[in-house]
Amino acid sequence: MRVVVDYTKCTGLGICESLAPAFFEVNDEGDLVLLKEEVGDAERQELEEAVAGCPTEALRLVD
Amino acid sequence: MTDISRLVVVGASLAGLRAVEAARKAGFDGSVTLIGAEPHLPYDRPPLSKAFLDAEGDGTAPTFRERAQLEELGVELRLGAPATGLDTDGCVVTVDGTDEVPYDAVVIATGAHARTLPGAAALDGVHALRTVDDAREVRSALDAGARTVVIGAGFIGSEVASSAQKRGVDVTVLEALPTPLVRAAGPAMGAAIAALHERNGTTLRCGTGVRSLEGSGSVERVVLEDGSSIPADLVVVGIGVVPTVDWLQGSGLRLEDGIVCDERLWTGVPGVYAAGDVARWHNPTLQEVQRMENWTAAAEQGAAAARNAIAPAEARPYGTVPYFWSDWYDVRIQFVGSPNADEVVVVDGDPGTSGRWIALYRRGDRLVGALTVNGQSDVMKYRVQIMRGGSWDEALDFAARRRERSRGVSSPGSPVGSAV
Ligand SMILES: Cc1cc2nc3c(=O)[nH]c(=O)nc-3n(C[C@H](O)[C@H](O)[C@H](O)COP(=O)(O)OP(=O)(O)OC[C@H]3O[C@@H](n4cnc5c(N)ncnc54)[C@H](O)[C@@H]3O)c2cc1C
Ligand code: SF4
Repeated sequence: MRVVVDYTKCTGLGICESLAPAFFEVNDEGDLVLLKEEVGDAERQELEEAVAGCPTEALRLVD
Repeated sequence: MTDISRLVVVGASLAGLRAVEAARKAGFDGSVTLIGAEPHLPYDRPPLSKAFLDAEGDGTAPTFRERAQLEELGVELRLGAPATGLDTDGCVVTVDGTDEVPYDAVVIATGAHARTLPGAAALDGVHALRTVDDAREVRSALDAGARTVVIGAGFIGSEVASSAQKRGVDVTVLEALPTPLVRAAGPAMGAAIAALHERNGTTLRCGTGVRSLEGSGSVERVVLEDGSSIPADLVVVGIGVVPTVDWLQGSGLRLEDGIVCDERLWTGVPGVYAAGDVARWHNPTLQEVQRMENWTAAAEQGAAAARNAIAPAEARPYGTVPYFWSDWYDVRIQFVGSPNADEVVVVDGDPGTSGRWIALYRRGDRLVGALTVNGQSDVMKYRVQIMRGGSWDEALDFAARRRERSRGVSSPGSPVGSAV
């Protein structure tokens, strides 16, 4: 499973970073940087929270 | 405990939508009914005071889902008529005074509505900004170049002022209190953020009460308490919101500035949960009883309340470090945590001169809040620390490292006063 960002929607609000800091970081320009893509089983719950928490609905988990 | 096979969600906005989606995601296969007072499909509110008002926009409602997507989820939509009563003994929601919708579990997500100025309703050109219909009126007035007065220098009023300013329309912001945004960010930072208006060419008048709105048919001027007046074609009233609980009078639910809930978003009445702007719940993360008025909490609470409502035996607490953002001019303001602090320290930038700064909020020896202005890369790192119950010293050390990293300079944090 991996996480996909729709950069046309993301506005760098950063909720995902606070919920899954190993995956997401907003840089100094305010843009989201994906630090890693592959989601392990143990990380799934955390990633689902990030997906649900994103205010622009920019994140998706795909198999 | 009887089987739960009928979930009813009242309020078809963000929290209500997330409630029905979470119930299905959790495998709930009973009936799901979503009751909404507005005729519209659920839509997103934050854009309404931001991009929606830009000259480039086209006035399309920022809906979350197509009708077909909700139907595919097996959600029965009842839009365009409000719930008017809740009978907690008979387990029935009444819609529009007559229709009865029975439930086994109900999530109340009726949100909040804009507080109004007495006497303002009689004049055209006077609007709150809560719904997409409000936003369309404001948008078309701005299109027409309306001289704009915003009453209330809160976040929504400030965003409207910023949109008007961007379009080159005359705009004045009036605030009754000596300092705006105190409840959201504390006095020192409230004043610092509000100064962004003047810096961007918008007139902000604090400590200025409004005596009346005048005009024949349409608003023509705003009369202030000192007797002076400001000409206006558009008045946007942004003086806060009130949780929408009037329909619950007599239901037996505890109503005190919202619906009082425990940490599981349970009202204490069997089967009845609440979520979003209408819910006042015990937030276990900060150990405070709070009612949120922000996107993130509404989305998360909607989902959490629905999961608890359909499986009360496994109900889980919902806690959060509150988060909101606001976009003014070219500035993004973000706040995490609680502004109820013993001390506020600016750890980066200078609110007096720069368009970028970071302030941290201390309570006891803990970090409880962080305000960033154009500090997108820092804000969530503090949210994580607050979530973990991080100490104040740790936060200051972290701030010092961030300062060095970004500019190679290090200056000590300067206290800006207490914010109680
Ligand atoms: C213009 C604007 C800008 C905002 N900007 C931001 C921002 O930048 N960042 C941020 O974090 N938050 C922002 N917010 C706040 C955020 O949008 C709200 O916190 C969120 O919408 C709350 O969702 P909710 O579902 O709890 O309630 P609401 O969105 O208030 O929805 C409640 C729904 O219930 C319906 N309803 C009411 N009574 C009944 C009834 N009796 N029966 C049936 N239906 C009923 C209402 O018509 C409404 O559709 C903004 C809000 C507005 C209005
Ligand atoms: S939460 Fe959403 S909008 Fe915010 S940075 Fe992450 S993906 Fe982008």
